[in-house]
Amino acid sequence: MKEIALMKGNEAVAEAAIRAGVDGYFGYPITPQSEVMEYLMLQRPEERTGMVVLQAESEVASINMVYGAAGTGKKVMTSSSSPGISLMQEGISYIAGAELPCLIVNVVRGGPGLGTIQPSQADYFQSVKGGGHGDYRLIVLAPASVQEMADFVDLGFELAFKYRNPAMILSDGLIGQMMEKVELPPQKERVKEFDQSWVITGKTQDRERNIITSLNLDPDLQYEHNLKLQEKYKSMEQDVMFEKIDCDDADYLLVAYGSSARICQKTVDMARSKGKKIGLLRPKTLDPFPSAELAKMSRRVKAMMAVELSAGQMVEDVRLAVNGKVPVYHYGMVGGKIHSPDDVLSEVEDKFIGGY
Amino acid sequence: MTEEIIIAGFGGQGVLSMGKILAYSGIMQEQEVSWMPSYGPEMRGGTANVTVILSDDRVSSPVLQSFDTAILLNQQSMDKFESTLKPGGLMIYDPNGITRHPKRDDIRIFQVEATAEAARMKSPITFNMLVLGAYIKVNPVVDFENVILGLKKSLPQRHHHLIPKNETAISRGMEMVHEAKRTP
Amino acid sequence: MDIKQIIKEENQVYRRTPLMTEATLSYCPGCGHGTIHRLIMEVVEEMGIQSDTIGIAPVGCAVIAYDFMDIDMSQAAHGRAPALATGIKRLWPEKYVFTYQGDGDLAAIGTAETIHACNRGENIAIFFVNNGIYGMTGGQMAPTTLEGMKSSTSPYGRNSETMGPPYKITEMVAQLPGTYYVARHAVHKPGPVRKAKKAIRQAFENQKLNKGVSLVEFVSNCNSGWKMTPNDSNIWMEENMFKFYPMGDIKVEGKLVNGD
Ligand SMILES: Cc1ncc(C[n+]2csc(CCOP(=O)(O)OP(=O)(O)O)c2C)c(N)n1
Ligand code: SF4
Repeated sequence: MKEIALMKGNEAVAEAAIRAGVDGYFGYPITPQSEVMEYLMLQRPEERTGMVVLQAESEVASINMVYGAAGTGKKVMTSSSSPGISLMQEGISYIAGAELPCLIVNVVRGGPGLGTIQPSQADYFQSVKGGGHGDYRLIVLAPASVQEMADFVDLGFELAFKYRNPAMILSDGLIGQMMEKVELPPQKERVKEFDQSWVITGKTQDRERNIITSLNLDPDLQYEHNLKLQEKYKSMEQDVMFEKIDCDDADYLLVAYGSSARICQKTVDMARSKGKKIGLLRPKTLDPFPSAELAKMSRRVKAMMAVELSAGQMVEDVRLAVNGKVPVYHYGMVGGKIHSPDDVLSEVEDKFIGGY
Repeated sequence: MTEEIIIAGFGGQGVLSMGKILAYSGIMQEQEVSWMPSYGPEMRGGTANVTVILSDDRVSSPVLQSFDTAILLNQQSMDKFESTLKPGGLMIYDPNGITRHPKRDDIRIFQVEATAEAARMKSPITFNMLVLGAYIKVNPVVDFENVILGLKKSLPQRHHHLIPKNETAISRGMEMVHEAKRTP
Repeated sequence: MDIKQIIKEENQVYRRTPLMTEATLSYCPGCGHGTIHRLIMEVVEEMGIQSDTIGIAPVGCAVIAYDFMDIDMSQAAHGRAPALATGIKRLWPEKYVFTYQGDGDLAAIGTAETIHACNRGENIAIFFVNNGIYGMTGGQMAPTTLEGMKSSTSPYGRNSETMGPPYKITEMVAQLPGTYYVARHAVHKPGPVRKAKKAIRQAFENQKLNKGVSLVEFVSNCNSGWKMTPNDSNIWMEENMFKFYPMGDIKVEGKLVNGD
């Protein structure tokens, strides 16, 4: 029988983590995501599955607890919100450099600095363009519902282990704080077999010793390592995911992810009821980005508009993807304010006026 | 059917939990639902509001600018949300503490004296259930039985002894709600 | 008698502290933060050092201390106030510089900055508000949360085995040669308030001596986070917090009071 619950996005992440058989969660409180750890603590996961949950003294500590534990091949994760994720950037760069799987959840709030605790999508650049130092990429998933907050935990780990790369769920205060109906995933066993080719669980007679490091003093080795990483990032493109809503006959295309995509969905409905042919492309993975699909769409639509809760970040990737083929507008809201479906609609009517 | 509701009042009036019970009731009625609160320090003694959407289809935007129903429980909320009702929309409010009553004539307006009744019942915590009763009476988007099921779902086990009391309050709210007299 | 005859200078028994702004305090009614703010501003006023005082606000409920204290202030990232204070004091040694920090800020995420500012003997004052919980983010466990105490991240009570026991960072930094004056106070009653104010004054006066850090801890309540009425929270604080965090001087003029 289906298990249905009404949950906040943050709680869904926590419940899904227990059910995904996660071994360890390390975190530090910050609004608007504190419910993740609060829910975990309430659930006594040490009794439910043996999962370890620890409140660290800071986000610097949490990400390095993740770094340490990820090297042993176990499923480990952390969650935070923007200021805390900024603090984690050093650790994330090390984890990417050492090629370790883990999951990082960012429930984004408005910045810069302490900013605001209200929802924002202004950490897009930080998530998909590096954030920390060095040429690395994350796998970035963008849930647009509480259901996806739950589903992307398992998916994130699957991809993280497939590529031995840190994965990030890039959510925001809106998806984290709202409650929706979720169908809970089934309980998975925690993994008991570890890939002895790389984990540090203790050198046994039958294998070479393993070392987790991101250091290569020899530039030739670091060069080779970087090439290998780039090849891996290229291969991640096969896992690109997106959803197309009302795109088949669309003259104009909105591109939006996460909470902004939810808002745009309503705009599309409103526009359609006025007979305007608008569609919505919603990236579910921001890295890899659905560039190929956007390039394809650019041959069919008259213009596109990236709608995001930022001053214009994802729009750059949309422009790169369509490469000047059609005009790409940006509509955004900054500083923790949220645009409404009506706001987007009037922008759509204004910018896409040629067609109507 | 899609019903877009804003519930607003003081922090501590049970605005968020009333929204949660309503959302759970929707689930019991096989509806799609969303519940989006205002959050943050704003709530510390200040105002709280929650947007609840009940729908037969997938819920699109959980944040809205205009609503089918507004349940308004203090003056600030009245001032802020009266204008956000769609024409033909429904307003339910508790006149307690309201000095500037609603003015719009293109909406339906109902009153429920929930603060006074909760005080009379010596049960301030059932205030929000009186209001919920008033709402489902005027706009039966969810059945009474499903509201009770929703109530059970949303209350932790250790509070289940409070269910009969809340049930009484919901019924009482259903009886009490009445159309507001227009102040000329 | 006419009201005008009553409202006269000589009949005044209480006034708003002139160095507190007119902004309404954002703290929950009953919270100790407001009293501590006022005492610091009274001392700054009495010493006549408003134009030479620079404060650092933390991340915590006191994040907008600058809205209430009528002095120049800077707002630090979570836990980094002692580093900001160091930067300012080193370049402006003649100024009075203080930080105002909660227990999460000072004793969790900012531990390194706290210990190293104390160890270097920065000539600053650190005002440390220990309410045993994270107030601002909604009542999570702090490093100072007592054993067995419930919080939203220790819903079944703090378990020292898995979460570590509470620790006394004040006693710890008193061990460092860089601290000159270390004391613990409270502000829940008039008697303790008078003592606390003296300690604040001492911390400011010490900056004239250039002898190192003065750290004053205030054991305070968080009635919201503890989920108690203000009065109950003060009683609970006396009965539980004061046992683990005893009042009084810990280090005076660079010497540990208990002589070890
Ligand atoms: C890097 C970072 N992590 C987390 C937070 C969230 N945060 C804000 S205040 C706070 C703790 C406040 O507790 P405390 O220092 O004890 O002060 P109080 O609010 O109790 O006065 C936390 C964790 C943040 N703002 N920045
Ligand atoms: S939450 Fe606690 S520390 Fe913060 S203002 Fe309220 S009582 Fe004070």
